[in-house]
This record gives sequence, structure tokens and C-alpha cells, in this order.
Amino acid sequence: MNKTWIIAQREFLTRVKKKTFLVTTILLPLLIFGFYAMIIYFSIKGADDYKVALVDKANIFNNSIPSTDKDIIFEFSKDDTATLNRQVEKGTIDGYLVIPEDYKLLNNDTLELTSAKTVGLTTRGSIERRINRVLEEKRFLLQNIPKEKLDSLRRDTEITYRGLDGTGEQQSKAGISYAVGFISGFLIYIILFIYGTMVMRGVMEEKVNRIAEVIVSSVRPFQLMMGKIVGIGAVGLVQFIIWALLIVFLQLLLPFIFPELAGQMQSSPGIGAGVQVAESKSAIAVLMENLSFINWPLILGSFVFYFLGGYLLYSSLFAAVGSAVNEDPQDAQSLVLPITMPIIFSIVIMMKAVNDPNSGLAVFGSLFPLTSPIVMMARIAHGVPEGVPVWELILSGVFLIIGFIGTTWVAAKIYRTGILLYGKKVTWKEMWKWAFRKS
Amino acid sequence: MNVLEVNNLKKYYATQKAVDDVSFTLAPGSIFGLLGPNGAGKTTLIRMITGIFYPDEGQILFNGKKFNPLNDVINIGYMPEERGLYKKMKIGEQAVYLSQLKGLDKATATEKVKEWFIKFEMQSWWTKKVEDLSKGMSQKLQFVTTVLHQPKLIILDEPFSGLDPVNANLIKDEIYNLAQKGSSIIFSTHRMEQVEEICDHIILMNKGQKILDGTVRGVKQQFKENLFSISFENLPALANGVPSFDIVGKQENSLVVKIKDGYKPNDVLQYFLQQQQSITAFNELLPSLNEIFIKLVEGTPLSRQFQKITA
Repeated sequence: MNKTWIIAQREFLTRVKKKTFLVTTILLPLLIFGFYAMIIYFSIKGADDYKVALVDKANIFNNSIPSTDKDIIFEFSKDDTATLNRQVEKGTIDGYLVIPEDYKLLNNDTLELTSAKTVGLTTRGSIERRINRVLEEKRFLLQNIPKEKLDSLRRDTEITYRGLDGTGEQQSKAGISYAVGFISGFLIYIILFIYGTMVMRGVMEEKVNRIAEVIVSSVRPFQLMMGKIVGIGAVGLVQFIIWALLIVFLQLLLPFIFPELAGQMQSSPGIGAGVQVAESKSAIAVLMENLSFINWPLILGSFVFYFLGGYLLYSSLFAAVGSAVNEDPQDAQSLVLPITMPIIFSIVIMMKAVNDPNSGLAVFGSLFPLTSPIVMMARIAHGVPEGVPVWELILSGVFLIIGFIGTTWVAAKIYRTGILLYGKKVTWKEMWKWAFRKS
Repeated sequence: MNVLEVNNLKKYYATQKAVDDVSFTLAPGSIFGLLGPNGAGKTTLIRMITGIFYPDEGQILFNGKKFNPLNDVINIGYMPEERGLYKKMKIGEQAVYLSQLKGLDKATATEKVKEWFIKFEMQSWWTKKVEDLSKGMSQKLQFVTTVLHQPKLIILDEPFSGLDPVNANLIKDEIYNLAQKGSSIIFSTHRMEQVEEICDHIILMNKGQKILDGTVRGVKQQFKENLFSISFENLPALANGVPSFDIVGKQENSLVVKIKDGYKPNDVLQYFLQQQQSITAFNELLPSLNEIFIKLVEGTPLSRQFQKITA
């Protein structure tokens, strides 16, 4: 045990001390953050302001148009077409829209916008929306329906969802559960891949460098394998803690960097699941409120459990494959396929489970140890009695523990033989024999 | 008491008897040669002695007690033929790490590594990485990490491969040194001249079995063909029908003779002395280990064939 600890220490320290660790751990989140900040920035800012001259010959707008969209500026104008054309050419306006004198509101006539350059899709949408909103109102007014009445007519009926046991459930909860389930499932998926391959490469390095035999003469192969797995797992854990802290920190920073953000989210309905419910509240406040529906201790606890369980389960398999590979990295690719298949399969089940946490496939996927680390996270996000019954959660945990003890045991036997075997291309059939022969 | 006692050790693989009923003993302070052609089972035997493999049958006694890999590795230093180091790790740290794995605590390990680095003039290497070393340099480092913890049993598989004569001598001297201090050394190689020079005792393995066991001198005596070389001032005219010997070789002024059964070297000398020949040298020609090795192994297929084993 003591020697496993020494090995784990070395595996941990050599990786953490590397420059690449610093780069990926600190620079990468900053880069991702910067990337998202840019996306948000541009989506808020949108394109440059688009200036449209509105020649309202029919006087429908009464010289006023409600301003909701900052990107489009309407200017009322009485100039003739020739002057407007010149203005478009000069660039003082981007386009003009003429409403002819004989324009009949109820006739559904088309309007025409003249511009020098092609008008972008979003800009078109904004222009159409704003013109139509006014025209629609005017049409209702023509039918003697005042604005207040119209507003009271034009509202969506909210449907609330209730469980059999009578517990109410906010509409937005499903949305946020979906997001949390998806993200945590996906994170575990990435962890399994990144750190699993890291273990495999570490084992291959030891074999290719011919250091394996030197070391197994001092420690048991099992200790060497476990030391590596524990050390790299610790690297992963540290990296994730740093990432989590960074993300929380940057998230808090976000409103300060983009004060417009809150206002923006409010004005474009449908941007997030929760926004429609409470348009009067600020979007951030809504988001926070929604996040409070989630049972965070449960989510975080299960995340750590399924992270560790899944990691231990898969990393030992990756170690076994690494030990069977010779110099040729191409061999690794074909041998690793049977291990990556269930991981990819899990992510497919997870996508279904996150929508429908109680479907048969989701239940199976969350119990089967090879897929449960990813699939169960999607179900847990929906809450414990609603998304997954307690007994299933416990059973899944027990299966996972049995699962990783099983894979570690099998992997250790393959590892022990593989690590000292040189120059022979190993097949899965042979690895199977190593794993289950008597010794 | 013997450091190591190996009794009827067996290890069968699916297609080969890798080690088939091998026994030997190793006295403290002796240098022991483990010889054999490729695939004779030397590595498997060594791996069982170092606790990497479990034997199928037979037992290993270490210091008179049943060998327990977990506790006894601290007393064993093994330098495998397939050896390497972590390329990216600093040399000093690496040596300390490997000694820690043997069971030394960090402070002792660091102290020992420093001692040995001074002895081998490697002080400036501490912060270098293995990838910066030449093959010979990493070989030296490997040797240091093998013997650093003062093991009672040192197993060296081809320790001189890749070393220049100066460094090879450095290591050879160190091997003698360690033997004098009471370590027993198992020395596995194909290079017979090194074995002849270094080893007290050898065993020869072929096809998993021990086919020869004895001291270097004893083995040579066992395989001697009663050949003697006699040098003369002037080569005598060849005599035929001498009862005591046959002439098997002739050089400028010396003869190689094979003494017939029932006769002694004195009879040969007497014969030439009676002829008033002036003899300048007379010595026995013992077979080299190389010749013995080839003689014993010859005739068996060069590489072992795979066959089904039922054990």
C-alpha cells in the first residue's frame, strides 16, 4: 500500500509540475471563457446599427414607432425616391421603406424595402417584426379592439406539471434539470476519455521505455497499476476543482463585464427556458432561482461518486490495453475500440435519459456499470424521487462498485502479463485468456 | 548459509517448458554465472527469483527462509536485460524514486544516491533528464539504481552491453567490490569471456533445463581433452607411434599433443627430454567456456520450437 502511494505521488507530481498542466488547467478555461464572452458580446452588440428611412405616405405610423430593438433605427422621412436613392448610395441610410398612400391595412399588401446591400437574415427579421407589430395593432384598432383588450387576449396559458404524489413542479425546472443533467453527464464522458487515455499512455510509456520490468521487480504489478490510476485520478480531480472554481469565479464576473447582458436576455424571449415565465424579473435572477430547484449536494455528491467510480472502472481497462500494446500506437487504436464503444453508447443513452429519465433504456443504462456513470447523472438531475427512485440509485452505486472491482481484477491480470511481453502483437482473444486463466 | 537456494523450480507456459526442474544454490559473496542460449529460460528463472513470476512448482529459499517477494525485494537488486528509465524525469529524482520503491525512505535514498553519484563521478547529472544521457551513461545510472540499496542478492542481466571498456571495467570492479562486501551476484550473459573472468560458479541452461553446474575451474577440468601445448627451441622431427600421446596440431615451434589414456604429462616430457630437446614451455590447454558452451548446446535446434505442454 505504501509503495502504491509512492507511485501515485510520482504520477501526480510529474504531471502537475509539467507546463502543459498549467496551460490546460488555467489557460484553457480562460480561453473558453474568452470565447464565450466574445460570442455573448457579439450577440448583444449584433451587427452595426441599421438605419431605415420610413416614408409613411399613408400615415399609418403617425410618426412614431415603438422602439424595442436598438439595432434598427427607423427615421421618418418625406424625401422623394431619388433623394433617398442618393442617401442610400452615400451611406447616410442603409435602406428605405415606402408605404404608399393607397396602402390598405386590411388588404395584406406587400411593402418594399430598397437597399444597396443585401439585408441580413436577422436584420430582416427585426424589421419585419417591428413593422408588423405596429401594423397588427392598427388592424385590431380598425376592428375596434383597443390595445389593452388585445394584450389581454394575446397571452399564453401556462400549463403546470404535477407529479402523481401531488408535488408541484415549476415549468422551468425541467429545462434546468435537462441542462444540468446533460452537462454533468457530458463532463463525466470527457473525464473518462481524457484520463482513461492518460492512464493508457502512461502504461505504454513504461512498457516502451522498458522500465516496467525494473519496477515490477520492486513492487507488485498491481501496485504499479493502481499507483498510476490513483495518481492520474488525483490529477483529474485537482484539475476539475480548479476548473470549477474558475468557472464560478468567472461567472460571477460576467455581469460586471457585460452589464447589458441582463437587459438583453429579457428583451429576446425564448433565449432560455426560464425567461418566459417571469419576464418582469431580471434574467440572471430567474436563472439563479431555477438553479435553486436543483439539489446541489446530491448532484455534486453523485458527480464525485460517478466520476471516481467511472474513472476507476474504465482507467483499469485502459491500463490493461496499454499494457498489451507494443511500440506501435496503431495497435492501441484497434484494441481500445471495445472500451470506447460503451462510453460512446452511454452518451447516446444519456441524451435520451435526460429527456425521459424513467424510460426503460434510461433505467437500464443507469444501472449497468459500464454506462451508469454517464447515464445516471442525467437522471439524478431530475431529482431523486422524480428522476430516479432511491433504490435504483443505491443499486446503481453498488453495481458500479462491483463493476470497478471486477474490471480492476481482470485488468490487473492482463496487465501483469502484458507489461512484460515484448514484440508480440496481442489480440483481444489472448487478453481474454490472460484474464481468466488459472494461476 | 546459502543466500539463495532454488529447488526443483518449474514454470510451464502453454507451449513451452520455460523452466523445467532447475535447482542450484548460491553462497554469500560468490559471483554466479547463469548461462544459456537465447530462449533457454534464463529470464523466466530470474523473474521467479525476483518475485515477478510465481513458480508452478518447486520452492525458492532466500536466506534460509521461504522467499516472500513482498518483504525480500529490499534485499534484491535486479537489472533486467530489457531495461529503461523514465525519459522525462530528472536523474537524481529518478534514482531516489527507484530506491524508494525498493523500500528505502526518502532521506536515506537521497543520501545513498549522492554517495554513488560521487563514486561514479556523476554529480553534475542530478538535474539532467535521462533523454540527455548517452546509452553508456544511462547504463551506469541503471547499475547505480540496482545496487544502491546494498542488496544481498544482485542479479545482472547483460550488464556490460553498450558500455565502453573503461566504464565496463568500472562496473566490473564495483561488482568485485560488492561481492567482497558479501553480496551474491547472479550474472546472466552470452559473453563467455566475461563469465570466465568474473564468475566463480556457473550453471548452463538449455531448453529450460540445467545441463551444467560447477565452478569455472571444475567445469573446464570436466571437459578437458588432455591437450597440452609444448614449445621447443627447435621443432623436433615428428615421431610416429609414440605410445603416450598423439600430435593433433603443429605450429612454428610448438606442438599440440593429446595424451592418451593411462599416461601422464610427465610421460610426454620424459619422451622429449630423452630426445635431448630443449623445451621452452609446457602447458595444459583447457577448453574455453565458449567451446564448452557450443559443444553442449550444438545439435539442439537453434531456437526452441513451440509445442503443446501438458503438465
